[in-house]
Amino acid sequence: MKNGIAVDLRNVVKRFAEVYAVDHVSMQIRDGEFFSMLGPSGCGKTTTLRMIAGFEFPTAGEIALHGKLVGTTPPFRRNVNTVFQSYALFPHMTVAENVAFGLQMKKTPQAEIARRVEEALDLVRLGGFSGRRPRQLSGGQQQRVALARALVNHPEVLLLDEPLGALDLKLRKEMQLELKSLQERVGITFIYVTHDQEEALTMSDRIAVMNAGKVLQVGTPTEIYERPVCRFVADFIGETNFIEGLAGGVEPDGVATITTDDGLTFRAQTTRPVTPGAKVTLSIRPEKAFLAVQSPPPGTPNCFPVTVARVAYIGSDTRIDVRLGQGRLFDLWEQNSRSTLDRDAYWQPGETGFLWWPAENALVLTE
Amino acid sequence: MLDTPTTRKPYVTGMDSRRSAGMLALGAHTILTMVFLYAPIVVLVAFSFTRDSFGVRWTGFTLDWYRRLLADQRLLGAALNTLYVALTSTIVSTIIGTMTALAMERYHFRGRTGFDALLYLPIVIPEIVMALALLAFFAFSFGILELLSGLRLQMGLGTVTIAHIAFTISFVVVVVRASLKGFDMRLEEAAQDLGANEWQTFRHITLPLILPGIIGGALLAFTLSLDDFIITFFTTGPGTSLLPVEVYGQVKRAITPKINAISTLMLLVSITLVFLSQFIQRRR
Ligand SMILES: Nc1ncnc2c1ncn2[C@@H]1O[C@H](COP(=O)(O)OP(=O)(O)OP(=O)(O)O)[C@@H](O)[C@H]1O
Ligand SMILES: [Mg+2]
Repeated sequence: MKNGIAVDLRNVVKRFAEVYAVDHVSMQIRDGEFFSMLGPSGCGKTTTLRMIAGFEFPTAGEIALHGKLVGTTPPFRRNVNTVFQSYALFPHMTVAENVAFGLQMKKTPQAEIARRVEEALDLVRLGGFSGRRPRQLSGGQQQRVALARALVNHPEVLLLDEPLGALDLKLRKEMQLELKSLQERVGITFIYVTHDQEEALTMSDRIAVMNAGKVLQVGTPTEIYERPVCRFVADFIGETNFIEGLAGGVEPDGVATITTDDGLTFRAQTTRPVTPGAKVTLSIRPEKAFLAVQSPPPGTPNCFPVTVARVAYIGSDTRIDVRLGQGRLFDLWEQNSRSTLDRDAYWQPGETGFLWWPAENALVLTE
Repeated sequence: MLDTPTTRKPYVTGMDSRRSAGMLALGAHTILTMVFLYAPIVVLVAFSFTRDSFGVRWTGFTLDWYRRLLADQRLLGAALNTLYVALTSTIVSTIIGTMTALAMERYHFRGRTGFDALLYLPIVIPEIVMALALLAFFAFSFGILELLSGLRLQMGLGTVTIAHIAFTISFVVVVVRASLKGFDMRLEEAAQDLGANEWQTFRHITLPLILPGIIGGALLAFTLSLDDFIITFFTTGPGTSLLPVEVYGQVKRAITPKINAISTLMLLVSITLVFLSQFIQRRR
């Protein structure tokens, strides 16, 4: 079953009254993959997950689990388990009873239940907690019980809806690493919903970026960050500078010339065909542009004299806003690679310099 | 029950006199409240053991009234009838009431708001109206039945039981719904996600978690049925009688400590039930 398709969404639509919560979504989640769905609040992540789990049925389109269409199969007949954001642990049962619940429903022999429950609790490092009630556990421990309760059933796919949302930052980081290594050990397909982009980037094999019920891009973290297909994705993941202009000619190596209406000319990488004369947007990430004291050698692309407007020192980086052309603001980050208190080592507002970046560091977006 | 707060450590000095005055007032208030609430009951119980045949003076201890009680076939019969009606109506109204509460909390159907209001009606309308309505209903339906099939039915235990079911359902619904408000529906989804079908979900998750509410509703229904007078009075037929109506009849003739004795026994039943329900809920 490895390298097969675990979950196949084909043109799935979910409508609530007038609202398209999920709007013609098609994507394929591979076996054993850590797949994240990322997007702003209300974009349809939970609804998509609930349709895979069987709590909602699509208005149109189809969902297949390992090639079999699920139609209106109820949740209890799908070999898919969910870790809920609220954990939804059963308050009247002990930790062990919570974890055993799924196996009990499947009439697994008692001896096997005991063994697997112990295994699952060890897996999430809750060995000594089996006799406790959920309310006697911390948030992180409850989260791990929820995880064990799902994993003990050996589901084909594990759905996780913002499982770390209720935890504080430090615990969250810890659990991210733990979840990731756990997923690698058990080899179960994880579909992970989050609206924390950093979480998605660090944990996922692939990410689907969603907005307003639609999937905008599916790709590896690097693809999503370095080659966003549209303005929304570029903006939602990380930070970036947008410059709007008209496309000129495209050279054979894919570098296009773009002119803005205030008369600036840029050269940037295209990843898709661009028709000359079309309105396009340039996206340049702040860490991919540079500020030089002296004019770079003639012929350097994308080089502009600028004035420093604002400087924010944040420790690892200094974030600098510069003005170019007729007052257009541009954000760039400079790494503080030297340790010094020397004022001259840092840019100050009012200083002038030269902003530049190589053509391949800027991306032409057509949408 | 109120309790004097002695566990808190005094951390402010120089206020001790004011504090103790406050404590005194609080203590006095507590005692007065208890006296007000429980003194009549204590008197009632005490005078079920007095030798005085009017039950107003203490002239020595005796169990005579209880002995006479056990010999009073009418009173005993009424007590058994009462228990039968209370038990039957409680069981039926608890089941129907719980199912209604679940449906009301879970589903949105047409006419839900209207139905909601209708459910509360038996709680707010005067009991005498409810009693007369039930009486009219029974008379009317028995009339129709006789016309259609020639079958002659009479008011009796059956009709009181139905009447008690009718007026206690609403109370059960209210209590069970209150406990459903605090019930996290996502737990049911979690159970289904783990492979439990609808019945298993209800049996293992919903029922245990709302059981305190159901027990509370059942207890309320039982108590209401046990001491109901007006509806009982109008819906029992000739020949059958229930305890409250029977006691009323006897009191009209003469007050004897026998009445105290039967009241004490009823009190015992109620207290036992409360403790039982506490015990069941504690054990979970
Ligand atoms: N049961 C429902 N009835 C009506 N509208 C719904 C229902 N469930 C979801 N919606 C709507 O569908 C849209 C998508 O909701 P969904 O919960 O999938 O968003 P989400 O991406 O999970 O958001 P969040 O990050 O806030 O959890 C929202 O506009 C929401 O209001
Ligand atoms: Mg959500």
